[in-house]
Formats: sequence, structure tokens, C-alpha cells
Amino acid sequence: MDDKRIIHLSVNGESRHCAVAPRQHLVDFLREDLGLTGSHLGCEHGVCGACTVRLDGQVVRGCLVLAVQADGRAVETVEGLTESGTVRDLQDAFVARNALQCGYCTSGMLMAAAELLDTQPNASREQVRAWISGNYCRCTGYQAIVDAICDVQASRRAAGVSA
Amino acid sequence: MNAPEKHPPELRPITDDPRYIGAAVSRPGARRLVEGRGTYVDDIKLPRMAHVVYWRSPVAHCRIVAIQRDYARLMPGVLGIFNGADVATICKPWVATLGHLAGMKSAPQYPLAMERACWQGEPVVAVVAETRAQAEDALQYLQVEWEALPATTEMETALAAATPVIHPELGDNLCFTRSLDTGGVDAAFAAADVVAEATFHFGRHTGVTLEPRCQIADWNPGEQRLTVYHSQQAPHMMQDLYARQFGLAESAVRVICKDVGGSFGIKVHAYPDDFATVAVSMLLKRPVKFVADRLESFTSDIHAREHRIHGRIAASRAGDILAFEIDDLTGIGPYSMFPRTSAIEGNQVVNLTGGPYRHQQYRAHLKVVFLNKPPTCQYRGVGHPIACAVTEGLVDLAAAKLGMDALAFRQRNVIPDDAYPTAGASGIKLEVLSHEECLRRMEALIDYPALLAEQAALRDKGVYRGIGFAALIELTNPGAAFYGVGGARIAAQDGATIRLEPTGAITVLCSVGEQGQGAEGIFAQIAADAVGVAMDRVRVVTGDTDVTPYGGGTWASRGAGIGGEAVLQAGLALQANILKVAAVILNREAGELAVRRDEIIEQATGAALLPLAELGRVAYFRPDTLPPGVTPELMVTRHYAQRDYPFIFTNGVQASYVEVDIETGFVKLLKHWAVEDCGRVINPMLVDEQMRGAIVQGIGGALFEECLYDASGQLLNGSMADYLVPMSGEMPDIVVAHVQTPTASSRLGAKGAGEAGTAGAPAAVMNAINNALQPFNTAVFSQPFTPEKILRALGKVV
Repeated sequence: MDDKRIIHLSVNGESRHCAVAPRQHLVDFLREDLGLTGSHLGCEHGVCGACTVRLDGQVVRGCLVLAVQADGRAVETVEGLTESGTVRDLQDAFVARNALQCGYCTSGMLMAAAELLDTQPNASREQVRAWISGNYCRCTGYQAIVDAICDVQASRRAAGVSA
Repeated sequence: MNAPEKHPPELRPITDDPRYIGAAVSRPGARRLVEGRGTYVDDIKLPRMAHVVYWRSPVAHCRIVAIQRDYARLMPGVLGIFNGADVATICKPWVATLGHLAGMKSAPQYPLAMERACWQGEPVVAVVAETRAQAEDALQYLQVEWEALPATTEMETALAAATPVIHPELGDNLCFTRSLDTGGVDAAFAAADVVAEATFHFGRHTGVTLEPRCQIADWNPGEQRLTVYHSQQAPHMMQDLYARQFGLAESAVRVICKDVGGSFGIKVHAYPDDFATVAVSMLLKRPVKFVADRLESFTSDIHAREHRIHGRIAASRAGDILAFEIDDLTGIGPYSMFPRTSAIEGNQVVNLTGGPYRHQQYRAHLKVVFLNKPPTCQYRGVGHPIACAVTEGLVDLAAAKLGMDALAFRQRNVIPDDAYPTAGASGIKLEVLSHEECLRRMEALIDYPALLAEQAALRDKGVYRGIGFAALIELTNPGAAFYGVGGARIAAQDGATIRLEPTGAITVLCSVGEQGQGAEGIFAQIAADAVGVAMDRVRVVTGDTDVTPYGGGTWASRGAGIGGEAVLQAGLALQANILKVAAVILNREAGELAVRRDEIIEQATGAALLPLAELGRVAYFRPDTLPPGVTPELMVTRHYAQRDYPFIFTNGVQASYVEVDIETGFVKLLKHWAVEDCGRVINPMLVDEQMRGAIVQGIGGALFEECLYDASGQLLNGSMADYLVPMSGEMPDIVVAHVQTPTASSRLGAKGAGEAGTAGAPAAVMNAINNALQPFNTAVFSQPFTPEKILRALGKVV
């Protein structure tokens, strides 16, 4: 059951050739084989969202995708987004609003929030709440997360107008 | 018109140059976490680290007939398979009772079940392999022969003669019982103009920390030393327990808690698999990692809050509460949980019911019974959400019978702000609270008349909204009264060490750790102000028994009040020592000098005389330039225990505004407000976020969360898809306001803020739902308030 397959993929912009067991989940591959421990495991059945990563630009549950399914594709994790600086404003807003406590849900939350900001820049507060309803946070009660996302919406809109 | 909002007077500063205490500054640790650079236990890999998984009882009660390990042992990567007897050769069993809970009993418990397993999820066999996947593969080939035994799963019949006794040597299924009677209760009820009563049910639920329980045990036979990386709230408690259960010296055990992915009380207990994982590390002489999966979390994390309470309230026509009476039955697990016990929650309900009010008559009966369900123990709020819901539910019933407004009835009956110090009817000592002020603030905050008008107008249109209030007290900053006096070796004091670094930065080592609540952040704020440095010059280290002073850790909302006071005292003492050295270097009197913003200054003029970095350079690298006999002591330790009262109490009031869809039974949370008094607020943003997070956890218990069991003791909803938790879409915005009444038991004056939100939210939501249901002359008292229960109350389903 552990006969490995070779996969070729891009992880945070870096080309990787790796041997993985066909049954290995993407998030386990990222965490255990590549040491990218910023993505977390909360439920391992696709409910909590702590393992959310980007696959070819779209967010997926890292516990519901197999590593072999990422063959030939591009994966981005919180480490990659941090390095590229593309969500720096969102990370700043999370810190400023204290939109995290234990931090375990945070990388998944950032992934979900970043996709919302990209795809629905004018989402209402209710739409923000609905969008992140796929990500479980036990600590914050969500309000600070919603506030942080709305702050970034506003600042990106302002920057867009002035640009 | 509303009364204008009255703001609390400015609190007197407690340091010479207050910059950070009281300010909404960001936590220094947050940046690391938003960049995915945290270190949770499962992120750690040690050389030769193995992985353990557990075979857990599939039923609520069974006899272990035989364990056939041969096939599993042949699976790839398997390093060892251990049963209860194997582990018991090196780890002693425990009995979780407390001496001050008179008559309490429990049975000896082992890390892995011996002859019998007593709940579905109890660990029985440890399977260890090179990888987690290999261990799980091998688990499929482990053959455990078991024989089902009758299970005791209903608390209402647990003490009946026909019900099987879980531990025959105990005689019955009663763990603990307590009665409290002030006297005069029957007379008060007889004299009352109004008596109201109800039966309240509370669903058994659990903490659902997003990071499951996890640890790495690393026994080093060369050193004869055990290191445990643990997602835990009380590292010194675990150090002591590992040492005692395994017969090791304290100094041979090191517990390290790095980032903890949520705890809420779930991670302050000593679980059987904690000891089993240590045991297999010792038996295999290599590090072993255990990480619970989500099903294991639901069946082996502590549960809490399964109570049935009959409650009565007596009041006079004039609107005075005369008496409360409760009868509380609570079902725990087959063993009392180690080491804090499963009796504290019920004991708290007895102590706290009626807490905000000035009645004198009170009677309570408590029975704590064993069940073949997962052990229960302290989860955020510990008894408070139950006591508050019973109290506030009864208060609303009495107010309605009297035809009085719910808020006005509370304002009339709370203990007045000028009555302190005093004692509650249950005997709890109350130092200083602010119920009246909090109720005044709340009335203004919610614009009560406007809300009532909106409610009335919408009712005419068939839209049913309700406003619910909950006044509450929250126990914080315990002295030794909680555990120490009962014989549990859980520190009631905490300590802080602060060191001036040669560059003038400071390092704080504190025995209270961080689980996301912001403890390290407020310690940095306090230390910066106390020493006189910028906050970015402060580094805080917690969570390592080899490094920090000895202390209790994080529980009972004590981190800020007790750990914070230790940091304050250490900081002030270090500042005094810095000034002594400065006086020598500058040839001045220490009393003429002060530390301000990283410099020694002349007090009279404010003139900068010496940067701390220069003082550090001289003290550490050029002591030869100091006079003979002068030894700079630039590392200081101080400890603090709260000894003035058994507990410090905080208070507050919450309000909930909901809309009930009478066709579907769904409850929409429109808004929630909290006015809280946690004493001195060290960081208003962090207190607000503690309140909001705790309120949402309380709402979870009120509306969604319940571990559902069938009659045989099988868990029916052991996944996150089936066990519902609050998600952002259903949650309201929460407005938080502060009243500050510091405790005089410490210089800092902080009382604690971690649990009050959870304490009050269920009661506020319940009262709001029942307020919405008032036109239908019905009410609900059984949490969680599911649509089905609401439709039953409305007579729409049977």
C-alpha cells in the first residue's frame, strides 16, 4: 500500500519531484515530506478548514485531496503566500484586529479570506461571514476575522481608487 | 430617554510611566502565527520518533477477554504493542478525589484499561510503529476479544436499585453529593407572593479544540530523564503527575508546551493516554508521538455540562427575590477525572446559583453520578453557564409572574454596588462587584426602549423577536481553595523572572503560558511598564518546566490576575535593582533616579543620564569598574498567590436579541451585548476578544452542541459534520463594554476575563428565545435549544 509514485508539482513556486504513497493526503505530504507545517489538521474529514491550501489558484481542503492528485499542478501554502507578500495586508489586518488567538485555524482562514477578496472584492459583511463559514475557529467568535477582512476590502478599494 | 452612559473613573496608574497597561496593543506572538510559523506539537519531529495509536473500547462497557497481538506485530514498521498490564508495570494507577469534597469517591484508574473498559473510547491497547500510517494499519490486525457488559448511561436511573453498579467495590454509582441550606427556605417560599419553577436540562458537550490533544514523550535512558512536549495548560502539574505516577524525581521530568492550538480546559487534565504514551516511550526507549484524531477527540476528550436541575424561586409582590432552591443531578464518566476531579462542576453550580442577587435564603442538593460515558471535567466556565442559566431563567419567570420588566427586576434585586465586601447566600465571599453599574451601562448600550418598541411593532407583523438578559458572577484568581486544600498538587501561586539583558532589553520567564488568549502579550505590556522599557524590548518565555518559575498555569481565568501580578512585582523589583546599579555608576542616590523609556533619568528634571544598554554593558562586561562589594542583581524573581479570599469574583451582564421563526423553530441571533467588569483591563482589545470568543462558545452549548448517546452508550455524532459548532455565518456581532472595579488583593487589580462570556451567553440566549415565545405562552429550558425542541414547545410537532 506504500508503493510510491513520482509526482512533479510546483510548491510555492518551487518545482518539486517527489515520491509519494498513493493514499497520502496533500496536507500530510506538505507537512511531513516537505516540512511545510503552516497548514494544520483539525478534523481530517473536510469540515474544519484548517488544512486549506491553494491548488492551481483555488482553495481546496488538503485533507480531501491526495498528493498524487497534485501531480502536474501548482500548490500554494501559507508559507508561500507569506514569502510572496501577496496577503501581507491581510496578515497585518489579522494582527491588528487580533483576528487569531491560538492560530491553529489561521492559515486556512487566510486562504479562504484571500480568495474572497480576490473574487468578490465588494462582498457585504454578511457575505464575508457566509464565505468563511467553511472554516472553524473555536477561539475568536469570528467577529475580529470578519472585521479584518472588511478592513482589507476597504483599504484595497481605496488603493484601487487612488491608483 | 436613556440615561447617559456613565464611564468608569480613570484608574490610578500602577507604574511610574504607564504606556502599555490599559492599551489595545497587538500581541507580539501573533505575527509568527499568521505566517504559519507556529510550533504545535504535531509540527515537531525528533530523531527515532515513533507513533502510537490506541485501540479504544468500541462499546460503553465490556470485559476484555483476550488480546491477540501476533498478526498486528507482523505488520510493517510495528515496534511494539502494549496492553494495560504492560503499562501498569511502570505506571501507578490513580484515584481522582479531593479531600475537601467530603465523601467523594472514585475507583482506581489505569492508563490502559485492565480487565474492563468502562466507556466507549477508553484506551485499551497501544500500537506503536515507525509511522502513524503504519500504526493505524497494524491496528486493523489487532484482535481484541471483548464481551459486552450492561452499561449505565442514564443519570436519572443511575442510582436505582436495578441499575448495574459500574464499580461494585464503591457500593453504588454515587460519586459525590452535597447539600447546602441557609435555613428559612421553606418559610420564604411559604411567605412568597410568587413562586416560579422550571426543570432545566443541559446537553453533555465538549471543547472541540481545533488542535486535538497531542504530545511527544521522549524518555532518554542515558540521562534517565523524561521530556514531554505537550499541548497543555498546566506544565508543572503534568511534571508532578508524571514524576509521581512513574516514580521519577521531579527533576527527571521536563514538560514543554509550545504553541497550543486551543485548550479551554480540555487540555488541563491528565488523560489516561497521556500516561500510556509516556509509558510506551519508556518501554521502547525512544520518543513517541500521540495525536488524537477527531473521533478520538469526541470519545476521549473530557465532556462537561450534563445536568438536570429542578429550580424554584420565591419573590414578594413588591418585587424582591426571597429565595432560590435547586436540585442538581449530573452525570459524569465511570471515573472521576484526574487530578481536578469530576465533582467540581456540580459543586460550582451549588456555590454560584443565585450569585448576583441579595436574597438570604437558599437551598441546594447535588448528586454526581457515574455513567459509562466519557469522563467529564472542567471546561471553560465550569458550572457557571449552568448556574447562570438556572438563576436567570428563574429570575425571568418570577419577573413575568410579577408583571415586572426583566431588566428592572434585576436592577432591584442585585447586590448593590455599595454593599461590598459581602457574602452571597451560598456563603461565597465577594470582595467588590458592580452589578448596578453594569446594568445601567447595558440599558444605555442596547437602547432598551427602542429595542422594546421594535419588538412590539414586529410582533404585530408576525415577526417574533426576543430580548434576553443574564447577570452573572465569575469566579477567578483562586487561592489554594480550589485544589490545594483538597490535596491536589496544583500550584495556587505563579512566578515570574525578569532579566535585564546587556543591551537593555528584558526577558520575562513566567509560569503562566499561552494558548492564544494573549497571556504573553499582556506580560510584555506589564513588564515594559514596570521596568520602564519599550514593549519591543521585551521577550516573554513560557511553557517549559526547566526554564520558568514554578506555577499553576492557565485555568480559572487566573493568568492575568495571578501571573500578571507576579510579572508586575518582578518588574518593579528589577527596576529597583537597576536603580541601585545606576546610583553606583552615576555616583548619585538611587532615590533621585528613575527608569523611563530605556534610560536612567534624573527624577527632578527628567534629564537622561544613562541608557539601560550602557548600564547593562558595565554590569555584565566591566564589573571591574564598579566599587568592591557591588554586585548587580539584574535578574529578579517574584511569586504571587492570592490569599485574601478563597476566590476573586468578576461580574457582568449580557443581553441577547434573537428572532425565532415559529414555523421552522430556527433561532436567528441578531445581536449580543456584554458589559463586563474584570477589574483592571490590561488590554481592552484582548479582553474584548476573550469575551467574544467565550460568548460564542456559550452560544454553541445553548443552540448546537451536544454529544448524543443512544441507550447503550454509543456516541451518535462523533464527527465535526454531525456535532455542530458555531460557524461565522450564524454568529452575531457582539458589542463589549467595560466597567473597571479592580481587586484590592493585588497591585495590578486584574480579576480575569477568560470565562465570563461562556458563563452568561447561554442564559441570555435562552431568555431571549423565551421572550420571543412569550405570546405563545410557552418556553424552552432544555439546552441545546434545537429547532425541534422549539417546535415541540410551540405544539407544532409532537
